[in-house]
Amino acid sequence: MDRFALDAAHMLAGGMVLVSFMLLYQNRMFGLLNVYALHAVVLSLSVAWQAHVQDAPHLWVTATIAVVLKAIVIPVALRRMVIRLGVHRTIETVGGIGPTMLMGIGLVALSMVVMLHAAADADPIAREDLALALSVILLGLLMMVTRHNAVSQIVGFMSLENGLILAATGARGMPLVVEISIAFSVLVAFIVIGVFLFRIRERFDSVDTQAIDDYRGGRE
Amino acid sequence: MMDLIAALPVVPLQTLLVIPAIAAVVLALVPAYRIGARLNVIASGLTFLAALTLLVHRPPGDSGGYLFVDDLNIVFVVLGTFVGFTTSSFSASYIGHEIEIGRLTPLHLRFYHGMYQALSFAMNLGLLADNIGLMWVAIELATLTTVLMVGIYRTHDALEAAWKYFILGSVGIALALFGTILVYMAARPVIGEGHDAMVWTALVAHAHAFSPELLNVAFVFLMLGYGTKVGLAPLHAWLPDAHAEGPTPISAVLSGLLLNVALYALLRFKMLLAANPLAVAPGPLMVTLGLISLIFAAFMLYLRRDIKRLFAYSSIEHMGIIAFAFGMGGPLANFAGLLHMTMHSLTKSAIFFAVGQITQVKGTQRIADIRGLTESHPVLGWGLVVGVAAIAGLPPLGIFTSEFLLVTSTFARQPLLALPLVFGMVIAFGALLMRLSGIAFGKPSPSITQTHRISVLPLLVHLALVFAAGLWLPGPLVAWFQNVARMLG
Repeated sequence: MDRFALDAAHMLAGGMVLVSFMLLYQNRMFGLLNVYALHAVVLSLSVAWQAHVQDAPHLWVTATIAVVLKAIVIPVALRRMVIRLGVHRTIETVGGIGPTMLMGIGLVALSMVVMLHAAADADPIAREDLALALSVILLGLLMMVTRHNAVSQIVGFMSLENGLILAATGARGMPLVVEISIAFSVLVAFIVIGVFLFRIRERFDSVDTQAIDDYRGGRE
Repeated sequence: MMDLIAALPVVPLQTLLVIPAIAAVVLALVPAYRIGARLNVIASGLTFLAALTLLVHRPPGDSGGYLFVDDLNIVFVVLGTFVGFTTSSFSASYIGHEIEIGRLTPLHLRFYHGMYQALSFAMNLGLLADNIGLMWVAIELATLTTVLMVGIYRTHDALEAAWKYFILGSVGIALALFGTILVYMAARPVIGEGHDAMVWTALVAHAHAFSPELLNVAFVFLMLGYGTKVGLAPLHAWLPDAHAEGPTPISAVLSGLLLNVALYALLRFKMLLAANPLAVAPGPLMVTLGLISLIFAAFMLYLRRDIKRLFAYSSIEHMGIIAFAFGMGGPLANFAGLLHMTMHSLTKSAIFFAVGQITQVKGTQRIADIRGLTESHPVLGWGLVVGVAAIAGLPPLGIFTSEFLLVTSTFARQPLLALPLVFGMVIAFGALLMRLSGIAFGKPSPSITQTHRISVLPLLVHLALVFAAGLWLPGPLVAWFQNVARMLG
């Protein structure tokens, strides 16, 4: 049973890394949002498994928040926003998909080396969870720097937050305060970002952040 | 006096949070902006008074391990609430003018005042938090409120600045959370599961037994995360935009307060690492980032054409010096760091008080279009001259004292490190004086408004304090700072 618990936890956390890679190469807006929803579903499964294994009922709350808010509400809302803004066209990545994927692999290797060494004393379930969580975080960062589009930057940021929640749940007994606050912060962040999207639309007729960057004539 | 405070039904520790929280709600509901502005000043003043009571009577932290006070955070709280108070009074006259020229509407101001108090709440919470998770939440909240205020003008540039600030700030704060989780992981085997393993006082007491490898990795993330918020190069990209495009009172608050709060978080974790003999020394990392920020910002000062961006880069430069000082460690350098931080907060917010009114009377932020201020607006012009002289480190003003202390103590211990430090300071000095001569002297450029009522009191109070500190530091203050400097190790 113990061995099985460990393997299942690794499988789910590893699944998140895999879905993070899928996010990296999505070049359509709807595809991106669908894969993000999948990311959130895998996260909630992973959190639910941790809740079961650690016998920590409060984690069920986190899992529920993840599935309701991140797998359903946010993707649906973003989808509607994308349709209304009329930006469901192809989105390009900086430097192409191949190099981005290679960089992603490099980052995963880096996080494995760092975390498995640093957390050598921690129990195995937490140690590997942390390593995989760091991979998800770094892949989210990579996605944010390789995309120009505001919506895909948001998706990158939210996948990064998913990685943080994976890390927080892997840390056995971490107080609930923090998890709720993370969920809350995602909500707040979402509202803020939503507001910004509106304003960007209002002012620029585009949600391409490159367009904002191009505007900076005559300043500095 | 002490008995009186002790007998109060609500202990001052909670009032520091309760006043801004209530004020934030009330101000969001008050429709008249003049009343709102006054209430904002009153609430900030009351918060400052509550902070002052901490100096004479130290309440115990709450039993749950969420809040606590010690010598270190009292310094930050008193300084922060003071700058918050003076800035709110500057803000009252500043926004009156913005309403007149139609850049802001009364509805914007309800939002602005509500956010101002929410920011004050978040910063006090971050400084008083005993729980590293709570501290993280508070700093995130502070970031979100300032993002909203930076974007308040809704121009292209303001939105770009707010977006950039939001994205970089969020990534920073996310990395800091990962670092926080790692600290918990390191503490769990020693302290046990649950809440206690996130309580700072418990962490520092048991830090010697933590796994050093985990602490090292955690500190890297915390340094990158909170370092972004401190504005250390190369993580500073949000800072000049956020300073330049938001309302000027917010620039003053950002430089005078928010950067300090992030720095405070870094210092807390530095103390944690210092308590573990096997963990890597955090000093060299801070010294390196500090020097990079100092020298980078010093050169960038020469290229600025926007007056608010100029002083934003100067903030990066000074945060670099402060990070350098705390990175060096030891009683003398820590003392210099604390003094420098205090003086920088006072001086930089004074400069922004002057700059805010200068940009209003001249109707531009372009340095080239602002000339001869000492002739056309003697008070503002000379106020700016004194402020810039102070920030550049001229004697006998306060920043000279702290920079002198830092340079001499560094020469005594690590002469090779003192060279780049002095180099950066001199470069920055040249840039600031060069820019100042054009702005302050010569033939005045036209003003767009003649009727502008200038509020000089906050500016004069800050400059007077900086001037007095350069001549004479009161004994109790010195003793207090020495004590904190020893605590910081």
